[in-house]
Amino acid sequence: MAVVESTDTFEINDYLRLEMMPHFLCPGCGHGIAMRALLWAVHELGIDKDKLAIVSGIGCSGRMGAYVDANTFHVTHGRPLAFATGLALARPDLEVVVITGDGDALAIGGNHLIHACRRNLRMTCMLLNNEVYGMTGGQVSPTTSVNRLTTTTPGGNLEPVFDACKLAEAAGAGMVGREVTLQTPALKNMIKEGLAYPGFAFLEVISDCTEIYGRKNDLGNSPEMILSQKKSMRPDNYGNVVDRPFRPNGLPTGVLARNDRPEYGETYRTFAKTKQGGAK
Amino acid sequence: MSNRTLPVNIQGNHACALGAVAAGCRFYAGYPITPSSEVAERMSAELPKVGGVFIQMEDEIASMGAIIGASMGGAKVMTATSGPGFSLKQENIGYAAMTETPCVIVNVMRGGPSTGMPTRPAQGDVMQARWGTHGDHPTIALVPSSVKEVFDETVRAFNLAEALRTPVILLIDEVVGHLVETVTLPQASELDLVSRKWAEGSKKGFQPFAVTEDMVPPMPRPGDGFRAHFTGLTHDESGFPTQKPEKVTRAVSRILNKLERHRELIESWEAQQTDDAELLVVAYGITGRSARKAVAMAREKGLKAGLMRPITLWPFPEDALRQAAKKARRVLVPEMNAGQLCYEVERICGTDRIARLNRFDGEAISPAQILEKIEELA
Repeated sequence: MAVVESTDTFEINDYLRLEMMPHFLCPGCGHGIAMRALLWAVHELGIDKDKLAIVSGIGCSGRMGAYVDANTFHVTHGRPLAFATGLALARPDLEVVVITGDGDALAIGGNHLIHACRRNLRMTCMLLNNEVYGMTGGQVSPTTSVNRLTTTTPGGNLEPVFDACKLAEAAGAGMVGREVTLQTPALKNMIKEGLAYPGFAFLEVISDCTEIYGRKNDLGNSPEMILSQKKSMRPDNYGNVVDRPFRPNGLPTGVLARNDRPEYGETYRTFAKTKQGGAK
Repeated sequence: MSNRTLPVNIQGNHACALGAVAAGCRFYAGYPITPSSEVAERMSAELPKVGGVFIQMEDEIASMGAIIGASMGGAKVMTATSGPGFSLKQENIGYAAMTETPCVIVNVMRGGPSTGMPTRPAQGDVMQARWGTHGDHPTIALVPSSVKEVFDETVRAFNLAEALRTPVILLIDEVVGHLVETVTLPQASELDLVSRKWAEGSKKGFQPFAVTEDMVPPMPRPGDGFRAHFTGLTHDESGFPTQKPEKVTRAVSRILNKLERHRELIESWEAQQTDDAELLVVAYGITGRSARKAVAMAREKGLKAGLMRPITLWPFPEDALRQAAKKARRVLVPEMNAGQLCYEVERICGTDRIARLNRFDGEAISPAQILEKIEELA
């Protein structure tokens, strides 16, 4: 992708469908920060809104697309990567961004996630992980921390948790990263790197669900929940993209994997060219 | 491609693939399933030659999602499957209907329910084609009965999908899918091809789901500057979700009524000796071919038999059936299932006249069987 860094000041309103406001996310929800970081990255890379396609699934994360002034596709539960695969192959000129959640991508859409990683088709997938099914009222998800209370784990969650980044890396994603909403500039920079990456970029965004998950588990108000992300951060990670930071406690953040495997769309188009124009 | 004007020996599934490419299909996503896999195999060979894309997805659901995504990007698209896969695709078929995204879904029917009999023929998905996805939705389903008709109806499926911005289902039974016949396929240049209307003109105040005169709004293409929103949520003309009763009624009514409005374009059938038919056979797919022979045999015996063979199954060509059944004392519906289309025929012709002939043992219904039933009813 030809990237022309924009030097204009970032005005989020330039990228929003203001007629859709007020948005439907709860006060304190981290998803808005993730959306801001995405649009900030889009702005800094000078990506044309007409060429930006956002494909999202079902859940709180899925509703984000409707607020962005771009080509937006709010599809079926768990399937945004499948839709995006078709869109990106049919239209390699588009900048395809998938927005999904922990339930959307890791439960109902788990199969699509591992195969999208394996294929390495150029797109950026942002998984907004708030550890819960928020929209349906707070049920347990594949990333709900052990022992946490949800409406379907009244005695605390008994199931182990998925590490989405390890999963994506093992499945072959070209680029894997994780960042927290607390560090919006770092998050923005990671998304920029994902958007510019010529393959499948899987980015997990640690978000928070204050109203439903936080309240139920006594995790404090929104600033307290977001600040708690600090406990799992390395101070030298602020605003920078760093190589796999190793920490004994908590989840590593930053760009965790990056390779130069062949991008699938280009591989297919190169193959198809050999079949064209010549003998059958 | 160059030998299209010469007769070729070809099976129904391959004719489907060639019909799709001739109709302009440039994206195919599928998942292997008997007895439809030859469609995918042929598409994987043909599409690269014409600059199209073939992809084998991780499952049936993903295949359906991928073709919708590609269609939203602007491509003419198709997938093929059989019963179990057709079940899995239903949610996304509803999404295509709701977002008015053109796509063609081929279902080469096999014995069911469940895994059933993968290599044996059946016609058990007639009602799933109509009502498979949840909620009130429009459905077009076409059912060819010969290899040549598979080609022609595949082309027509693309034209209808594009013209009406709707998913179109092609129901092929295993017999027709694997039947090898000598056919002369038309050149692509001989075909009348339809492409959807793309949104043009002013971006300001653009309504992607506006109620137009023909009830088919022009589709906004990504990159053309419209920056539209698509959602499976019930939406108003703007494309954004609504729960206001009057807007919901208007939105759902339009996607249903647009097919009613264009029935003439959609409906297709074959009538054989129906003018004076006292005994009408209503049969489709390979059973329609057996019935054609049976009716000819009955006529030789002096019985006033006739055949109405729907090629469009949904929306059912009901006026054509009413016309064909005018003089019929009895209406026989042979089908390779325990009785599905017979309910639609019953609705149109009345309960008293209906007789059934059903087989769901993995064998096709023979002309002799239908003749025997005709004689019994005569």
